Amino acid sequence: MEVAPVIEFTANKFLVTSGPVDNPVIEREAETAQQVDLPWQVVVHNDPVNLMTYVTMVFQKVFGFTREKAEKHMMEVHQLGRSIVWSGLRERAELYVQQLHGYLLLATIERTG
Amino acid sequence: MEICSSAEHLELRDLDPFLAELLRQIPESTKPEGVEAAERRLYSAPADSSEKEICAEWKLYVEPELRRLFQTAMETVNDDLAQLNGKAKPFANCTLRVPKAHGEAWLNTLNQARLVIATKFNFTDGELCDHYRSPIGSRRDLSLFQVNFYGFLQECILHEIEGTT
Repeated sequence: MEVAPVIEFTANKFLVTSGPVDNPVIEREAETAQQVDLPWQVVVHNDPVNLMTYVTMVFQKVFGFTREKAEKHMMEVHQLGRSIVWSGLRERAELYVQQLHGYLLLATIERTG
Repeated sequence: MEICSSAEHLELRDLDPFLAELLRQIPESTKPEGVEAAERRLYSAPADSSEKEICAEWKLYVEPELRRLFQTAMETVNDDLAQLNGKAKPFANCTLRVPKAHGEAWLNTLNQARLVIATKFNFTDGELCDHYRSPIGSRRDLSLFQVNFYGFLQECILHEIEGTT
């Protein structure tokens, strides 16, 4: 008996299964656009050459941070060696990293988790 | 040297020949000149090397744009520095007028120069914080002085930019 595959959508992934035992069970996870896009973060790394005031100015310009927030992230970079300054979709994260590199900051994108 | 600000310009007045020469060297100092570490610092990786696709796309599409951006900024600074050339009295003090509209280009170019010099000489954190070392001792000491002088100029420009926004 031919049974149409059942497609379930559960938390960001498709499960494609066949029904009864006559047919082999095919279970497959397909990456959705969301899975590919969601978990990225922009990380700024410490650099002994860039001035603290300059880094603060760049954060304000690129992310629109208030001075206080920009200074907080700058100090995090300075003291801890890195700071996560933004997280979200990959395309946007890449754009932010490009802007930060335009200001010659050491910045990378990373997958969260 | 005296730094004054008008509505349109930042003026570096009473520049002695030594500081004027350091300013003239800014464009040349942005060039990595085959020092791979300096090249890598200017065009650093956008992600961990395991993210092969991101790094490859970056090299292909983004890096050329960054090169253009840095080159344009450097050319703007170079044009401003032309004021220091062809002085009738070569050892006389002089003035450099930097249009405030060129502030971002100056910040960028000074940063390129500082990063390239610091990478070439592999300065330690301690050396970079040593603002009192004489530039006379060696080429290394002179380069450290250059990095700190350019940093001082960046601070002045930042102060002006923040004052006008």
